[in-house]
Amino acid sequence: MRGHLLSAADLTLDDALLVLDTAQELAQIADRPIKKLPTLRGRTVVNLFFEDSTRTRISFEAAAKRLSADVINFSAKGSSVSKGESLKDTALTLEAMGADAVVIRHPASGAPHRLANSGWIQGSVVNAGDGTHEHPTQALLDAFTMREHLAGGRGDLAGLRVTIVGDVLHSRVARSNVRLLSTLGAEVTLVAPPTLLPVGVETWPCSVSYDLDAPLPTSDAVMMLRVQAERMHSAFFPSAREYSRRYGLDDRRVHTLPDHAIVMHPGPMNRGMEIGSDVADSERSVIVEQVANGVSVRMAVLYLLLGGAPLTGEGE
Amino acid sequence: MVELTSAAPAIVRDCKTSFNDPSSEAGKEVSLMSAVGSSPEMPPRAVMSASDIARAITRMAHEIDERTHGADDVILLGIPTRGVDLALRLGERLAEIQGRAIPVGSLDITMYRDDLRRRPARALLPTEIPAGGVDDALVVLVDDVLFSGRTIRAALDALNDVGRPRAVALAILVDRGHRELPIRADYVGKNIPTSQLETVRVQLLEHDGVDAVVVSGSPQSDEAS
Repeated sequence: MRGHLLSAADLTLDDALLVLDTAQELAQIADRPIKKLPTLRGRTVVNLFFEDSTRTRISFEAAAKRLSADVINFSAKGSSVSKGESLKDTALTLEAMGADAVVIRHPASGAPHRLANSGWIQGSVVNAGDGTHEHPTQALLDAFTMREHLAGGRGDLAGLRVTIVGDVLHSRVARSNVRLLSTLGAEVTLVAPPTLLPVGVETWPCSVSYDLDAPLPTSDAVMMLRVQAERMHSAFFPSAREYSRRYGLDDRRVHTLPDHAIVMHPGPMNRGMEIGSDVADSERSVIVEQVANGVSVRMAVLYLLLGGAPLTGEGE
Repeated sequence: MVELTSAAPAIVRDCKTSFNDPSSEAGKEVSLMSAVGSSPEMPPRAVMSASDIARAITRMAHEIDERTHGADDVILLGIPTRGVDLALRLGERLAEIQGRAIPVGSLDITMYRDDLRRRPARALLPTEIPAGGVDDALVVLVDDVLFSGRTIRAALDALNDVGRPRAVALAILVDRGHRELPIRADYVGKNIPTSQLETVRVQLLEHDGVDAVVVSGSPQSDEAS
């Protein structure tokens, strides 16, 4: 792997499979009495979170700690960022403290790329979600979960049909998933109201539908996206009720899925909005499993970026 | 050799045959062997044939049975990749001798290596601990070549995180010497004295299509340690 993980598009098929295979071995650690490996002893991982997060931050923290790295958690609230400190000055501070890796979440798309290519810091940069751009480790854990359930836990995802439903426009999860899943050979269908599809979606390696009922009977996995009200500054659909009826995954729609199909959600969920509460808690739902797999996948990413010899020369 | 005089000048001047002097012996050996190793014509030589390997494994299985007094809590853990193949073969022999199934597993040591930061991150190999775990069992670690001892050091650390065996022993197909840590094998297929610059390669049917142990003089090929 290269020195940073900024976009799911940076991962070749071999890279992606290496992460998934590594994560699979590391997942065993969770079943052991001692859930720790000495591999990253003496390395410092900074969690730099400019945006709220529960799952991702805790997941990265657990992953780094299981690899024995020192973890520094930084959240914009309660830091000098609220006094107006720039990303550059924050980065220089982290560099002075000797961060070997920076896991960054930022509301601005491209912030991790800036951090990685600016020369402000020497360490590896891992994108933990930037604006409406990408969230590569989420895509990796989604692919890992699908592989466990639908592809026998090995190899790529060739021929798997994945339907991603909802607020694609604001979703970094959808972007990363489309890129990674197409690398892994899966066929992705995006389903959303026209107002929640980004400009240029027709150039993405996937198909697009406005009708949720059509692709469900042939889907192996359905991924529901959260309606990101905090990023919506205008009306994208007439009412929550109408959205829910046309694009929500309720009990009736779940019954049209094939028997083996799984239901996924990156969290946090709006129960009753994009996903019915009983669907979220049903046997098909792998939502809690996704969280557990997130730790294994992030351990794999941190190990592959930091575990070996430091890369010399070019940044990305 | 000429280098010897510069390496230990005082002693060599006094006694011309430096063979009695242990401190210069190692140096002499290396300089002698480096002359051999650097000659490109040195052909690889087979030091164990398929039947040698089979006999060695059978004998080691008998030794394990004898020295553990037929203990029924023996678990074999191979170190990937070829250690696992050897552990499976050893387990088969031991099962024939003892008339019961022997649990065989694998233990990847990648995350415990002391040279991780010297090379790019490596892919992990499978770790499979037999059901029931290793707690209070007699674990026999199995690997193909014992060299510096660093792999076994890492394996002991890895095992420590998996559980607490009653005792740990080490079975090795080839002991080639040059230990860098205070580690020794309990069961040895064959002792093969080598130079540091030689490469010992264990080839097994499962991975290489042939059973053989080959020593070659090429100094820069990858070393099974």
